[in-house]
Amino acid sequence: MAKLRGKFLELVPAVVLFVAIMAIWQAAVSWGGVKPYLLPSPRSVLDAMLDTSIDWWGHIWATGLAIVGAFVLAAASGVLLGTMIAWSPVLSRALMPFLVFLNTLPKVAIAPLFLIWVGYGILPNILMGALIGFFPVVINTAVGLSQIDHDMIDLGRVFSAPKWKVFAKIRIPNAYPYILSALKVTATSAVVGAIVGEFVASQTGLGYVIVTSQSSMNTALAFAALIYISIIGLLLFAVVGLMSRYLAPWAEGTDA
Amino acid sequence: MTSEDRLDSVDNISILLDGVSMTYGTASGPVEALRDINLAVRQGEFISLVGPSGCGKSTLLRVVAGLRERSAGTVTVDGQKVMRPIPNVGMVFQAAVLLKWRTILDNVLLPAELAGLNPRNYRQRAMELLELTGLREFANKLPRELSGGMQQRAAICRGLLLDPKLLLMDEPFGALDAMTRDEMNLELLRIWGEASGARKTVLFVTHSIPEAVFLSDRVVIMSPRPGRIDTVLDIDLPRPRTVESRITPEFGALSLKIYDMLTGRQSGDAPRFVPA
Repeated sequence: MAKLRGKFLELVPAVVLFVAIMAIWQAAVSWGGVKPYLLPSPRSVLDAMLDTSIDWWGHIWATGLAIVGAFVLAAASGVLLGTMIAWSPVLSRALMPFLVFLNTLPKVAIAPLFLIWVGYGILPNILMGALIGFFPVVINTAVGLSQIDHDMIDLGRVFSAPKWKVFAKIRIPNAYPYILSALKVTATSAVVGAIVGEFVASQTGLGYVIVTSQSSMNTALAFAALIYISIIGLLLFAVVGLMSRYLAPWAEGTDA
Repeated sequence: MTSEDRLDSVDNISILLDGVSMTYGTASGPVEALRDINLAVRQGEFISLVGPSGCGKSTLLRVVAGLRERSAGTVTVDGQKVMRPIPNVGMVFQAAVLLKWRTILDNVLLPAELAGLNPRNYRQRAMELLELTGLREFANKLPRELSGGMQQRAAICRGLLLDPKLLLMDEPFGALDAMTRDEMNLELLRIWGEASGARKTVLFVTHSIPEAVFLSDRVVIMSPRPGRIDTVLDIDLPRPRTVESRITPEFGALSLKIYDMLTGRQSGDAPRFVPA
């Protein structure tokens, strides 16, 4: 109970600041002469968020699906590639130059190409998010699998443990904290990628809402969409946080 | 007569090193780590290797285990020539190297899993070892919840799980404070004498002269660059050894003798500072 109260008290400064910003913002728009099409009032943003004439659920569903799809694809392909790199020096030498090259590309610039390759819909948005988000997972997986105490490797050799067993029992659990810290970055990248994909070509989704709000100078609508996007992003981030608490409780509170 | 012939006639030999040399390549050229090492270790003997840093003590340990390749000579363990990592060896390192996501019990059981054995069949033995080292109630704790000395004890249990005939220990107590180290020395001798089965052959690397004298039947004094065996000294202090063994004149005389050999000091000179 005291612990819960302590957590609650920790939130107070942030809540106070939030209320203050909202008050100043509302005052600036109501009495300060800031034009609503430049900066909508908090009130009008809230109205836009609750506007039932807009199919918010449809947009949230489309964008959420793209973000989650991008995250899952980036995580799966990143862990797979990272494991291949750590498994075999030959694979590492073959793959790394391509991965580094891919990483130096301005990935957003590839979005129009995806459209040509896979057509309209949610798929190009998923691919965009995955492309932006997968690289840190590859690197952290490979590093986490390799950062093993040399004595521990000797221990495996003393018992003639096969390579897969050393991976399963020692290297992979060792890599969990590294992979999970990369996934926190990927959670953010997946959001960026999915929205960029919707910017380029889309008939639905929160990114699409922002693009259409621009043409009608409806900034309140854009703000409303932004808030929904950040809620999805925060939820995904929280899921990764829960995963690391479950998968790597020994690394809690460390940076590895 | 080859070394193998000699082995047949002396069947209580555990380890036989015959002209073992080892050179490894580095960016700045080859480094001679070991030169012409000859040593016979009896079954159940406790041998310490002492010598300055860089004399190849740890390398020698790994060559015996088949973890490093020698460049010349033969290593025979229990009558078998060592060509690759040999089974039935317990290794304990300077750091406990416990897997931080596993409980103490599961860490102790790791060798069984790595060797492809059913860990369930070893649970009872693991618990007995933990009991013997006073860790029973910590079986389900994570390593980070234990002190350094307790972690090292768990590492020793892990080394003993599969009841190896040969125990290789690389400065296992080097990272512990002096008090804990003395306690662990006593405990190690107790386990060595009490653990099930016949006494294990132990090769023990250390920087500490008193530790080597206290534990060993014989102390091997090595000199550096390249690593060679300087002298092998018999430690004929009676067993079981106790805290009092450390304050006997014999203990002091043996320690001073090793100190003199390591520093090149003549008996009667004032003791010199030993560079680490």
